[in-house]
Amino acid sequence: MSNVGILFKREFSSFFASPVAYVFIGIFLVLSAVFTFFVGGFYERGQADLLPFFNFHPWLYLFLVPAIAMRSWSEERKTGTIELLMTLPISISQAMIAKYLAAWAVLGLSLLLTFPLWLTVNYLGEPDNGIILAAYIGSWFMAGGFLAIGLCMSALTKNQVIAFILAVVVCFVFVVSGTNIVLDAFKSWAPIAVIDVIASFSFLSHFEAMAKGVIALADIVYFLLVTFIWLYAGMLLIEQKKAD
Amino acid sequence: MISVKNLFKSFGGHQVVNDVSFDIRPGDVVGFLGPNGAGKSTTMKMLTGFLAPSNGEITIDNLSINHCSLKIKQKIGYLPEGAPAYGEMTPYQFLLFIAKVRGLKGLAKAQRVKEVIDQVELHEVLNKPIDNLSKGFKRRVGLAQAIIHDPQILILDEPTDGLDPNQKHQVRQLIKNLSKDKIVIISTHILEEVSAVCNRVMIISKGKLLFDDTPEALNQRSKYYGAVTLQFSYPADASELAELEGVASMEEDLENRCVTVFPLPGAQILHSVTTHAQHCRLPVDSLFVEQGRLDQVFRDITQEVNV
Ligand SMILES: Nc1ncnc2c1ncn2[C@@H]1O[C@H](COP(=O)(O)OP(=O)(O)O)[C@@H](O)[C@H]1O
Ligand SMILES: [Mg+2]
Repeated sequence: MSNVGILFKREFSSFFASPVAYVFIGIFLVLSAVFTFFVGGFYERGQADLLPFFNFHPWLYLFLVPAIAMRSWSEERKTGTIELLMTLPISISQAMIAKYLAAWAVLGLSLLLTFPLWLTVNYLGEPDNGIILAAYIGSWFMAGGFLAIGLCMSALTKNQVIAFILAVVVCFVFVVSGTNIVLDAFKSWAPIAVIDVIASFSFLSHFEAMAKGVIALADIVYFLLVTFIWLYAGMLLIEQKKAD
Repeated sequence: MISVKNLFKSFGGHQVVNDVSFDIRPGDVVGFLGPNGAGKSTTMKMLTGFLAPSNGEITIDNLSINHCSLKIKQKIGYLPEGAPAYGEMTPYQFLLFIAKVRGLKGLAKAQRVKEVIDQVELHEVLNKPIDNLSKGFKRRVGLAQAIIHDPQILILDEPTDGLDPNQKHQVRQLIKNLSKDKIVIISTHILEEVSAVCNRVMIISKGKLLFDDTPEALNQRSKYYGAVTLQFSYPADASELAELEGVASMEEDLENRCVTVFPLPGAQILHSVTTHAQHCRLPVDSLFVEQGRLDQVFRDITQEVNV
């Protein structure tokens, strides 16, 4: 097995060795249901799709993904295991990728476990399952973007709570930069180009189409790029701060 | 072989390792001594590639640590200070994980894991989460992971800290039993540890390397080295001992009815002292030759930098 594989396996099982993963998946499923049925008006809309479900994902991830990312590096630094990890014959990038993939797999698992919703909508009507699949994939990639921010913030501090708060704040900026409230605030004075740039940084703008089942390469590339940049920043931070 | 040249490390302007140079050859078991905060751990972190030096050069088997850190990491087994480990894992899972990362596979991996478990005697805690283990067991798990790949270079930061005397003995035995062509560096502030397991002592204080020689040479620095101490069953006049040939001076401890006779450098005085004691019928209860008092030498050396 390659180093990333070995590290991935350790990280992934460590989520399940403590209640972290179970609590996370539980909350994710409960909130998904609440948002879809009560807030999103799943029945009232009378349409056979999962749009209300997917529309809430950015807001769900805003809090849940930082929660699952916060301990990954903070705890290594706090308990000193980072000294062990970094003196094993592995590179920081391998460790970072393994941590990312392990948490991303937990997120993927949570998404998979929402399958009762999919069964429900198939039972009630005849949805376009291709659209639903595309939306799932889009949501998973967006979760990856949130996750990379969370990991980077976790690399920044030994304190998990601070890592969580910082991650929520940064993620929040990335989400709301695409909402009308923010864009309207700029519209009165900023040139269109600036507004477009701000909107194009937003997770919302890039997820919107995907939630409707349209997977555009540009959106996937956007999330991959966001992921890559934040993970890379996280690696630089770890290199800098590992011994503090 | 480890070669360190003019090593410096500072944290935010605070000089923690200050111009340290040394070579360590296979077969050397180095005791790294120094008061708390001397810079022992920091030096070890640089040797293992965890910390980058502020200045200076570290080469291991002619590989520079800046350029070949991965290759070097494969040669080293390291027990960091405090023996950190993933607390949610059991020792068995943890050792298996380390073995895999160290590139062990299949049967060889299972074999090595079993061997180290035997060596440090982890059987009874094998399936408990490391978080729930006592300090002694945690330390042994850390030791096990450091030796699992049978490294050429073993760096142990305070391996016996927090162990009871039996466990300390066990760890020392383990280090002694490692093959003779390895490099072992252990940091400690327990002085007996050094004479027990090491064939070389380095004393570092305030980031400076102040002593680098054999444990015997350290003993010889003590003014007690080769001195003869006699204890009497009742107070007796032993002042004539000071007149014997080869004797430099004498100290009397009235409270314990002890007399210590110091030799001139290089002189053997045991024979003349015993002969004299017999001749004068001194009421000798016990008599022994001092090996040197390390704690005092240690204080002398490490406090030199203060003045
Ligand atoms: N990451 C760090 N940042 C700032 N100061 C440090 C850091 N690590 C160690 N020090 C300081 O360096 C000095 C030496 O520490 P250390 O090498 O751990 O000593 P020892 O292991 O000999 O007890 C101490 O004064 C300690 O406070
Ligand atoms: Mg130390």
